Parts: sequence; structure tokens; C-alpha cells
Amino acid sequence: MVVCFLIHTVCPVSALSAGETRVLYARVFGPETGDACDFTPEQRRLMQKERLHVVARQVRSAVALSREASGGSSVEAVLGEEAAALGEADSGVFSLGNAELFPDRSVVLWLGVQSLAFTLVCRPHENLLLAEGTLRNIARHCLEELRLLGPGAEVLLKSDRVDALLHRLLPHGQLLFLNHRFTLALDKEIASYVSK
Amino acid sequence: MYAAATESLIKQAREIKEEELQRFCGRIFKQLHTKDVSGDTVDSLQRLNLIVSATKYARELPSDLVMKLQTVLRSSSCPEQLQVLSSSIIRESSPPSVHSLCSDPSHDSRTFSYVASVVLTQVSHILESRLSDGQISRHTLPILSKMITAYPEILTDDQVNLVSRKLVDWLRYASMQQGASMSSGGFFSGPRTRQPAPLTEVDGVVVGNFFTVLCVGQSYTEDQWMNMYTFSMIKTLGFGVCCNVLCCGADDRSEVDSSVMSMVSATSSSSRLLPPKERLREKAFEYCQRLIEQSDRKALKKTDTELQKACIIESVSIMDIICGEDPSYVYRAFPCIKALYGRLNGDLTYARALLPIAQFYLNHSETAAVDSEAVFCQLFSHCPAEQFNEPMLAFEFVQFCLLNASVLQDRVANYRQSFPNLLKFLAWNSSGLIEEFVELLPSLIAPDTAIELLHTILDLPCLAAALDLQQRYMTLQTTDQPMRCCCRSVAACLDAFRQPLYRGLFLYILRPEAGTGDTIDRLKMLHEILADMSESPRVVRCAQVVPVLLQVYFNTVTQKADEKMMNQMLLVLLERNSLLYNIKTFNVEVQKVFSTHLQALCRLHPPLIVDQSREILEFASSPANIYSKEDFYTHVVWVIGEYLSVSYDPRCTVELITSFFESLEAVLFEITQVRQSASPPSFSPRLVTVLMTTLAKLATRSQDLIPRVSLCLSKMRTFARSAPVMACYSEEDTEEIITRAHELINLLKLPNVAQFVLAPSAGGDSPRWHRDTNASLPQGMRAVSGLLHRHSSFLPT
Repeated sequence: MVVCFLIHTVCPVSALSAGETRVLYARVFGPETGDACDFTPEQRRLMQKERLHVVARQVRSAVALSREASGGSSVEAVLGEEAAALGEADSGVFSLGNAELFPDRSVVLWLGVQSLAFTLVCRPHENLLLAEGTLRNIARHCLEELRLLGPGAEVLLKSDRVDALLHRLLPHGQLLFLNHRFTLALDKEIASYVSK
Repeated sequence: MYAAATESLIKQAREIKEEELQRFCGRIFKQLHTKDVSGDTVDSLQRLNLIVSATKYARELPSDLVMKLQTVLRSSSCPEQLQVLSSSIIRESSPPSVHSLCSDPSHDSRTFSYVASVVLTQVSHILESRLSDGQISRHTLPILSKMITAYPEILTDDQVNLVSRKLVDWLRYASMQQGASMSSGGFFSGPRTRQPAPLTEVDGVVVGNFFTVLCVGQSYTEDQWMNMYTFSMIKTLGFGVCCNVLCCGADDRSEVDSSVMSMVSATSSSSRLLPPKERLREKAFEYCQRLIEQSDRKALKKTDTELQKACIIESVSIMDIICGEDPSYVYRAFPCIKALYGRLNGDLTYARALLPIAQFYLNHSETAAVDSEAVFCQLFSHCPAEQFNEPMLAFEFVQFCLLNASVLQDRVANYRQSFPNLLKFLAWNSSGLIEEFVELLPSLIAPDTAIELLHTILDLPCLAAALDLQQRYMTLQTTDQPMRCCCRSVAACLDAFRQPLYRGLFLYILRPEAGTGDTIDRLKMLHEILADMSESPRVVRCAQVVPVLLQVYFNTVTQKADEKMMNQMLLVLLERNSLLYNIKTFNVEVQKVFSTHLQALCRLHPPLIVDQSREILEFASSPANIYSKEDFYTHVVWVIGEYLSVSYDPRCTVELITSFFESLEAVLFEITQVRQSASPPSFSPRLVTVLMTTLAKLATRSQDLIPRVSLCLSKMRTFARSAPVMACYSEEDTEEIITRAHELINLLKLPNVAQFVLAPSAGGDSPRWHRDTNASLPQGMRAVSGLLHRHSSFLPT
């Protein structure tokens, strides 16, 4: 089961200090357990936002380390070259040791495509191979539907598309065993949603 | 990709003023009341969504708008896009309590539980009554799964049975025909040609058994969708998420014996007589078996091949859980798992699937009396060496070890022997796996390989460099393209890697198993060959984690080490100090750890000094050691002063003390020689004071040496006041040296007091020293303070 999904920057952002990241999309699949009862909903929302930022920052540094170790930078892909961008993407995984962030040593799976990263936080002992495939599928859709390789801001204004595709590919954080025909059927549904 | 336009949009969304927001909300409210939904409305809602989610603090929206959005959300005639947007806006905004039955924070947990069970009853009623309308069920199943994960006790027994029955139906009895075709079939096809075609397996062969997620068709019926959903959630829906279930199978032998009888009767034909939960277990087991068979087929599409792997992993894991719940399944599962292992073994692309299989063997091989040695041999000896650079596999492998560390230590012979292989994962991805290894390392420490492990940890950066070279070498062999290179001088290292002369060195560092020797003689040569790679990012990161690992190692080992091992460790500390791969701050950091643990070792076992007196003396006598490893040298000197005494070890003779004294005296003389042309000291003042104090301590134990040390100390003033020293050290430091020398000289005029102050016996912190008026601390203090008072003429006769 997936706890949350994030899209965030892994490139330097002028308004932020080095190492900081801008979270462009965040979806937490509730209910959250482990919170003390004596926080107001306000405080809980704030804590959650902070937690997501901490995860995003850790992914940012993991992406930077991975790219540094493997050496060299790839050519920037543009609109229309989504498949190439995905092929060149780096991926990795680490566990969140700190139990206060998310309970039970959750696992963070990330996919770095140029200056953005797609991150899934999963519960421990999840089927990581399935999660990886799901993340790639979601990333592919995001790159296409939100035109992320272009300069536009659809990721902010058309975030309902991400909600809709998560609703189908990762309903309430549940990973699905989709063969290529199930995937095709869901792709059609997503395409019809986007075209409206 | 991420442009300034996006950044400014976020800024605008955050900085929108309250009145402007309220006006905007008012406009949206009006737009939502019009009959048709225009593009403008959607646009406005999208902007509102951005506004409420852009800030850390929740924005308050007018309650009439929130109510309107809830209405939109609840109405099934509204377009999906509006529902999605409404849902998102309500989730992110304040106040949140308007829409939910359960979010009143004043509910105590019991009340909440009842409230939640009302919600869940509704969900299960929906499941029950809306069976034909599968669209709703498809979406409620994940919700049910989530609720059970979060609150496992929330369903009543009746509800559990109901759910189990439905799940069995979907899992096992889904339709075998394709759904109604979506495509028109073309101009020439009439109604007759639009018969639903049969489903196929992933390799194109027509399906001959029940429907599973690996069955392919043009379009699917509702219950086939439910089949896919059910399998995706079977772990939580069927068995509850519980890590404890993954632990060992039947501990109770008598339980196993009785289940041997029930094994015969638990066949599928009689499964109708089983209660719903057991029947679900049976059907899930059959489903997993079928998936494992289906995974043997060669899929036509790459995504299906990946799904087959995921299915194998999930199926084995589910069978593991089932066998844990009911050991009678073990006898049915093992032939299947063994055959699967035989199929996958040696296929590198299926390496990740070996881990759940190994877990299964670990949990159940004892129950089934099956030999698992071959499986673990393959796992530990080959997997890490061949695939250390696969990040997902590395992570899962290490997690497997961590989860099962105690069992592996006890039952799997080659686990601890395989530390050279396991450390390859860490060497390749230091920052990603260091936390796991800090926990894992203690389980890898075995008495006969502990010293080899210490050497291996110290050479971890070399391992990282060697692995990098190995990868480049293999890439060159298979393709013509060289790997992306970050430093040009790697080419020289690569040449060395290929030369037969250095083959042995690389073979040693890349070895898969411990036991061939603690370290090699030509280690220095290896360090030199790899010198050009000492700045590559991977090596530098690796060097950063070594001190952390060393701390864990020493903390674990010193608790359990016997005398022999402590001796060996001390020798390693002395020897490896000068034998480290030369990376920027690596030497300094490792030295710090060595210094701390040298002290700890000697404190635990003071006779070490006498045991290893020859090596320590040799180390302490050479001033060259000062210039390259001052910190460690200082600690060695301190340790000599502290523990070289008859009270700690009866073998400590006067000759021994004298020989140490003479060596240290010579060193002190050499470094404090005052010459006109002398260069400023490159060592810190602390070294001088520690040397002086140690010499004084040794002199109190062999009092003939006192005149010599006094002479030595009297020269310190000249040293400290000499021009190069004054220029180099601060005023306080030179004063300190002079004061200390003065104090020591005065103290040594009273040898018994000096002995007490400088070298108290081991019982020095017992109460006797404070209460006994003849031999107490306060009296000693009074004598000493009288002595040290500069203008005092107090000198007892």
C-alpha cells in the first residue's frame, strides 16, 4: 500500500536555498495513523506538509548523489520525447528510518526525470517490483498529460488530472497487478478524462 | 522543465489576499449554480485548488461554497472532473469537520470506533446490495482494504465471513469469456462475427483454467476486474497486514503432527465444507499456484514479463503467509516452490524473486524437513557479487538480511562468511544503505573472522574503487562505449586492473567469502594503484561511512572480545594507521576512531601494553609517526603513561619501564631541540604536555629516573620561549607548557605524593581514598596545593 505520492523539483530553484525542493504535487492516501490525538486539524495538516517536505528533501539529495556517482549528464529531452526521458531516468530506493515521519520504517521509491522527481512512499514489506512498475506508469502519464517536458505550469493548474489518474492506477494507494490489457483499458479512461 | 513561470504562479497563489480570495469564491459559487458547466468554471476551480494547496496553513473557504462543493461531490450526474476538483479542494481547505462524520476530535476512541463501524457497515451493505453494479464495488474494495489496514479489528465476524465469501467468488469463479468488445469490429463484420473471443495467456495460448491477472483479453467483464482488484489486495483483505506473520512457521511440533492428518483431507474437493476464511485461504493458495505456473510462459509484451515477476514475488509471499497460518499447506507448497527455484536459479533477471523464495525456505524448511543449504549458498555467494549495482535488489537483499539477522546467524552457515560480498552493496551505494548496515553489522561479526572484517571495513573505499573498475572493464568488454567517466585518470587504474601482475590484489579485494586470510601483504601497492580514483564521488562517499561502521564494530566487539582478540585488534590499530587508502579526510577520521578505541581497549584490558610492548615501543620511538598521525600517537603515549605499571600487570619490570622512558625521552629531546635554524613545530602543544606528563608518570614508578626527567623538563622553558615556538603557538599554550613543566618538577621532588597524583592505583576512586585520614585524597590535595603555590616556601622535610 502506498502512503503518498509526490512530484517535486530536484534542480536548484532560485527562490529557495540549495538543497531545498519545491513540492509541486502531493497526494497522501489517508487515513493517517500514529498521530497524537491532541493536535488540531490545522496542526496535523501543517505537520503533514512538513513531513512531505522532509521526504522530498531526502529524495533530492539521493538523486544528486546518484547522479554524481554515475557521472555525466544526459541530454535534456523536450516535449514529444517522453519515452526517451523516461528511459534515461534514474531511480532508487531508501528507507525512512525515522519513525516519526511515517510509521514503521516506510520505504521511499523515487524516479528522477531531469529536473523533477516522482516519489512514492510505501509501507514496509510492500511488493517493490510492482511499486516500481506503477511509479513508472504514473510518471509516464504525468509527463504526457501535464506536458512536463515543456515550460508550462500545467502541473499546478491541471493537477486534477493527476488526481484522476491516481484514482485509476493507484486507487486509495492500492497497487494493482495490471497486465498490458488492463493498462490499456485504464489508459483509455484517462485519455477520455483528459480530453474533456 | 521547471520554469520561472511555474515559480511565479506559486508565489501568486500564496500571496493572494483574503478579500480577493473571498471575492473569487463568491464568483465560483455563482458559476456552480448555473446549469451548464463551462470551461471557465473548471478553470476557476483549478485555480482555487492551487490556492488552497499552495500554502502550509489551511485557507478558510466560505461555508456556502464548501456546502456547494459537497453537493457536487455527492451527485453522480456531475462530470467526473468537477468531482475530482471538489474532492481535492475540500480535502485541502479549512474547516475540515463540516463534511465528515468521523472527524470530530472530541470523540473518544470508543465512540470513534462505533462511528467508524457505522461507516463500514454501510460499505459492506454497498458491497452486498450493489453486486450487480460492479462499478461501485470496484471503487469500494480499496477503501475496505485501507480500513482493515488501519483498524484491523473493525469488522465483525459476520462481516468478515461476508467479505471472505465475496472474495472467493471473485478470485476463483470469475468469467472465462471476454467482456463485450468495445471496438466495432470493422465495416464488414456483422453481429455474428462479434462473438466474445476467448481469453489468452500472456504468450497467446488460449486460457484453459480459471481467470487470473495474467489472462489477457480485448476487454474485461466486471467480475474479471474484481478478480484483479481482489488479488491486488488479498494480503490485506485476506490475511491482515502483519509483519509478525512472516516470521517462523509452526513452533509447536504437536500441532504439525496433527496437521499431517488434516493435510490429506484438505483437498479442494472438500473445500466447500470449510468456513469462509479457510475457504478463502484455500482459493488464494490455488490462485498463487496458478500464477506461478503462468509465469513460466514467455510473454509477448515486456510489461507482462515484468508483471510475471511481480506475480511470482507476490504469490510466494502469500503462500508464505498461508503456510504460517496453517502449516498443513507447507507440504503442498514446497514442491511448487522448489520447482520455481530450480527454474529461476541462475537467471539474473529473476534475482529479486529469489528473496521471497529464500524467506519461504527460512520460515518453513524445518517444518518440511527440506534442505535449504543450496538456496542460501546461491543467494549469498553469487547474488551480491553479480548484482551489487542494482539499487532495488541491493535494498531488498539488505532488508531481507536485516529482517532475518538472528535466524541467519544461527541457522545459515555461510551468512557470516559472506560479509565481503554483502559489503559490496554498501561500497557501491554508501549513503543509501549505511543506516541499514549500521544495524546489520553486529550480526556479521563472528569470532574467527572478526579481524578480517575489521580489515575489510578499513578497505571499503578500495572495494568501491575496485568495483567501479570492474564495471568499467565489463562494459568495455561488452560494448564499445566506455562508461561515463568523471575523472580522466581512471584510465590508468583501468590499465592496472587488466594487468596480470596485479590480478591477485584485485581478486583478494573482490573476494566473495571470508576465510582466505585477514589481509594481504601488498596492500600498500593496491592503495597506490588506486590512488587516481581517490577523488571519485563513489569512493569519497564510501570513505565517509567507514568511521561510522568502525564505531559500530568496535562497540560490538569490545563487549565480547577475549584477550587474544583484543591483542589482535591492538595490532591492527597500530599497523593500519599508516596503511590506509589516501583519501582527503579519511585518514584523520579513521585515526579519531582508532584513538578512542585504543583508550577503550587498554582500559578494559591493561595488560595489553605489556603483551604488545615491543610493537608499542617501536611505534612510540619513531618521531615520523608524529608527523603523519599525531592524534593517534598522542593517545599511544598517554596510554603508556596510564597503564604501564606493576599495579596493572605484574609482568611490568623496571627494565621495561626504563626502555619506554628512554625512547620517549629521546623523542621529546628531538622534537624540542632549540636551534637557530629550526622550523616552527608542526605538532600541537598538547603532544608536548602529554609527553612530559607520561615521562613524569613513568619516573614515579622507577624513581631512579626522576633526576633524568627533571633535567628534561627544565629544558622545556627554553623550548617554549624560543622564537619559532613563540611565533607558532599562542600565548596561553606556551604558558601552559611552562607551567606544566614547573608543576611536574616540583611534584617530583616529593616522589610519594607524585606517585599518588600521577599514577593512582586502580582503586583510586574507591571510597577509602576519601575517608581514610591516613591515605585520603584531601590530605594529598593539601600537600600538593601547598607545593604548587608559587610563593610558598612550604617544603616538608
